[in-house]
Amino acid sequence: MGILEVKGVNKRFGGLQALGDVNLSVQENKVHAIIGPNGAGKSTLLNCLVGKLIPDTGSVMFKGQSVLGRKPYEINQMGISRVFQTPEIFGDLSVLENVMIPCFARRDGAFRMHAIESVQSEHEIMDMAMTMLEDVNMAEKRDMHAASLSRGDKRRLEMAMCLVQEPSLLLLDEPTAGMARADTNNTIDLLREIKEKRDITMCIIEHDMHVVFSLADRITVLAQGTPLVEDAPENIKGNPKVREAYLGESA
Amino acid sequence: MLGLGKKDTTLVLLVACLTMLAPFLLNPFPEGSAMAQFNAGYPDLMQRFVIFGIFAIGFNILFGLTGYLSFGHAAFLGIGSYAAVWMFKLLSMNVIPAILLAVVMSGLFALLIGFISLRRSGIYFSILTLAFAQMMFALAYSVLTPITGGETGLQLAPDDPRVLDTATSASGNIPVPGLFGMEMRDTAKLELGSWVFTFNVGYYFSAIVMLISFYLAIRIFRSPFGMMLRAVKSNQQRVNYTGLNARPYTLAAFVISGMYAGLAGGLMASMDPLAGAERMFWTASGEVVLMTILGGAGTLIGPVLGAGMIKYMENIISKINSDILHSWFAFLPDGLEDFMVAIVYPFIGKGWHLTLGIIFMLVVIFLPGGLVEGGQRIARLFRRKKQAKGDDASKAKQPAE
Repeated sequence: MGILEVKGVNKRFGGLQALGDVNLSVQENKVHAIIGPNGAGKSTLLNCLVGKLIPDTGSVMFKGQSVLGRKPYEINQMGISRVFQTPEIFGDLSVLENVMIPCFARRDGAFRMHAIESVQSEHEIMDMAMTMLEDVNMAEKRDMHAASLSRGDKRRLEMAMCLVQEPSLLLLDEPTAGMARADTNNTIDLLREIKEKRDITMCIIEHDMHVVFSLADRITVLAQGTPLVEDAPENIKGNPKVREAYLGESA
Repeated sequence: MLGLGKKDTTLVLLVACLTMLAPFLLNPFPEGSAMAQFNAGYPDLMQRFVIFGIFAIGFNILFGLTGYLSFGHAAFLGIGSYAAVWMFKLLSMNVIPAILLAVVMSGLFALLIGFISLRRSGIYFSILTLAFAQMMFALAYSVLTPITGGETGLQLAPDDPRVLDTATSASGNIPVPGLFGMEMRDTAKLELGSWVFTFNVGYYFSAIVMLISFYLAIRIFRSPFGMMLRAVKSNQQRVNYTGLNARPYTLAAFVISGMYAGLAGGLMASMDPLAGAERMFWTASGEVVLMTILGGAGTLIGPVLGAGMIKYMENIISKINSDILHSWFAFLPDGLEDFMVAIVYPFIGKGWHLTLGIIFMLVVIFLPGGLVEGGQRIARLFRRKKQAKGDDASKAKQPAE
């Protein structure tokens, strides 16, 4: 029994069958990659996991509880954090504040009226956020406006914001999209480090095979809304079906 | 001090000094001189400065922090006024219970209106709040006449119950609002040479209330709650995916800013105990938006500056008439004098809206951060000059070594 169990999920957009009978089981403390050509339904699947979309049929269970019908913030409070394809950060706030907000969310829940205390007096939260920033090598940028960061740094910041919540499951939607090779390698190192340091399960949607094969413990190949194969990376490489559907295209 | 950082403490002290010394600062010209008409140091106007300051500070908590533009905030101002006048009619002429009821009532209405309006964001939110405000204006103006006094407005009458007070004062008149024996309209005058300075109980009471509101607003701005509100403004998607429920945060901000508006309305009624539906009209809601943007939305002091500027123009520029203009340009040859008067005339008197509009346009285009940004730019300019001078001096020294 995995930490995340997706069973028989279907999703239609008008006449288009975006997801057809998707079954997926993500094991605890493993990195599970979902790959597939454009339009295979990867992002739709991810959106069904975080409450942005509700599947037409099927079930999505996280730690034995259904996530269907819950709001995104409730699902996050259950322990699922998400990194977006284009970094979603608080551009008008400082880097440190960006990381402090998820710390507050983790400590105080979805809402707490703390309107009179000063942010400066929240030492516990500040320390938590600073430690996280040091972990991703962004401590010296703490007072910068998040909007003025480079693209790679924005990505790291978003990752830090998710990690500081210590989620049980981290969903990554193309974490290296639009990155230069050097940045991609940095991200891979960062993710590896995270994997070694923390008890965390990751589910990655990725285009870049280099990233997938350097990180994943398990790979699901999605094509036209249905899972083609699910196997260990070394078996995926040699699988003729996958070559035809996906790798063949890029080779 | 008081849980504020150094900069914020300085700001609060500065505002405290300015408000306490306002009767002097706003009356720089001697009585009877040609410039005396630019004096703003009379009680009525000074009261309006601080009361609209409170209104704008509260509006800024919603608009400046969360980015939700309410276009119906005057409704809460009106509710506050009605609630306060009813308290004067039923309970006593003491302003404290009146203001308390004003704040509570406007808070309750804000809770209801906010709960419904905050289902939408952006322009739809603005339209919803505008619709509510116009509905309340229409109700107050017609259907609810027994409660609101309709067209004539709600006024005190000699036969009001006033349970804790006498219905009429010793002289048989309707009593005036006061604070434990001090009447709000009590005024002391200080004459120094040809200068006359006026000190009014109502003004000082409102000013102290404004200082407290300003202090609380700073605390909110610097609190984790304030940070969450800025996060909502910056990226609501990320807020949701960070495990935070944006709705109660925005609703709390809406209610707080509605209570500030109610407080301002209650103070208004305390200075002059009558309330009319026109206080809730949509132009009044638009005015507070102008004040906040003109001063600088999202800044601490901006809304107060904007409120002061608009109220000053409304009261001072609108009083200039063509005779005054003729006396200004009297030194010019006749033809030119008439020409100059003809050019300036549309901008004064009833045309003060035109002046306001032009200033507003200029500020929005050239200083998107409002008057506060203007101040910052000037400060930066001076600092740079100072630095340049310092550099010159050190350069001049070096060859001598």
